[in-house]
Amino acid sequence: MAENPAPEELGAYVDETARRIGLPIAPEHRPGVIQFTGMLLAQAALVTEFPLPDDVEPAPVFRP
Amino acid sequence: MSAAMPRADYVASDGVGLTAAIRARRVSARAVTEAALAQIATRGPAVNAFTTVLAERARVDADRVDAALAAGRDAGPLAGLPFAVKDLFDVAGITTLAGSKINRDRPPAERDAHAVAALRHAGAVLVGALNMDEYAYGFTTENAHYGPVRNPHDPTRVAGGSSGGSGAAVGAGLVPLALGSDTNGSVRVPAALCGAFGLKPTYGRVSRAGSALFAGSFDHVGALGRSVRDVTAAFDVMQGPDPEDPVSATRPAEPCLSMLGDGVEGLRIAVLDGHFARGGEPEAFAAVAQVAAALGVSRRVAIPEAHRARAAAMVITASEGANVHLADLKRRPQDFDPLTRDRFLAGALVPAAVYVQAQRFRAWYRGRVAELFGEVDVLLAPTTPCPAPRIGQERILLDGVEVMVRPNLGVYTQPLSFIGLPVLSVPVTAPGSMPLGVQLIGAPFREAHVLRVGALLEAKGVAAAAVSA
Repeated sequence: MAENPAPEELGAYVDETARRIGLPIAPEHRPGVIQFTGMLLAQAALVTEFPLPDDVEPAPVFRP
Repeated sequence: MSAAMPRADYVASDGVGLTAAIRARRVSARAVTEAALAQIATRGPAVNAFTTVLAERARVDADRVDAALAAGRDAGPLAGLPFAVKDLFDVAGITTLAGSKINRDRPPAERDAHAVAALRHAGAVLVGALNMDEYAYGFTTENAHYGPVRNPHDPTRVAGGSSGGSGAAVGAGLVPLALGSDTNGSVRVPAALCGAFGLKPTYGRVSRAGSALFAGSFDHVGALGRSVRDVTAAFDVMQGPDPEDPVSATRPAEPCLSMLGDGVEGLRIAVLDGHFARGGEPEAFAAVAQVAAALGVSRRVAIPEAHRARAAAMVITASEGANVHLADLKRRPQDFDPLTRDRFLAGALVPAAVYVQAQRFRAWYRGRVAELFGEVDVLLAPTTPCPAPRIGQERILLDGVEVMVRPNLGVYTQPLSFIGLPVLSVPVTAPGSMPLGVQLIGAPFREAHVLRVGALLEAKGVAAAAVSA
């Protein structure tokens, strides 16, 4: 999906992703969830559009 | 029962000063504890800072300090110092609410969190637990379950968050010291808006064992206090390795209290430009300019891509926070605070590709900031873009742009906790105005640098805690 989707596309994304992870979204909560998902995906675009070298590993380090 | 110390005396000193008087037996720990309990009873309801008051337990602890001193024993470096903790730290015998209704169903904690135990072991007296944003997800502490925390300097305004009860308890003069947690700014924002000093140490420097997880990549334990030495004294007894916290740093503790008088000679200090110099009200930048002038600093430097760091912090926080609470989000979403619920639900839907890239960006950004710290020791930036907003306020005009006020309170704090830098927020209050904060930002594990700068600003009278009249 596009990172700055149209509202109807965002609603479909919320419905489908929530269904796939078994997360019920009550009708009265859905507009707020769509609003905040849109805000988060707008922030996400700032991250994913930024080119990173291949050798940059994720920050968390696991010490066995 | 011992008579309570009068309020005027109680708030005239910082916490370390009260401890010194107790250790010298000029006043009893019991009288100071009674003063704290009296302030909580009389002035506490107006700010709504406390969710639990532990009066009898505090009296027992205070009497133990007095008995030790009477017997000639050392009662600890924080002997008799009253403190309170954000209600996400475990306190043995009471349920850790973390600002939620859901956690009321949980059993009482079996033992104190590491930070609480460290302070009590040093002789400090725990007087209660403090209100907060539900599960620490907010900057305003307008908690639907326990009511909004009110700013001690104007009850129509927020105290900041998510450690809002901690900020209000210090700013209202209820306690000289409070513990908070800081994931995106939750110690620094309420400290700034309530007129307190707020220290967020380096990530991993103070164990989080026994404190409720929010977003583990960024969760820090911190302290709010009436003075630089108050937050430093608390930091010194809490810091150091702890095998019970998986991100605890292994390097040995480096106490800072004895270094506070060392001054700033030799420290390279600069004002942060770019992201940290736009998007705020003029008085936020005026506070930074005042601090810079007092330090004789005119140099300006920029951190590259700080706005993306904030964005990455937001998606990682949402994703990790939602995952901690996913079972409850599925089962009982109606029991969440409306101000956090929809954001947690949205956080559960963040794609893995975004989360992983945000964590890779975090590593890249850490490298760029490390390069900057090769040429500078301490950075200055506003803590918040504006003074405390009104309770219930949704939007604010910043730099000519109308934005949502709640997320924007963290615009200058998030890019710093994102990579775990130590930061001291010092309170700066213009005459007739609400308090603001200035962040003193150090390289990792260089708490001593920012605390030395803070102590000098305090000695010059530029930074001072604002305790409400």
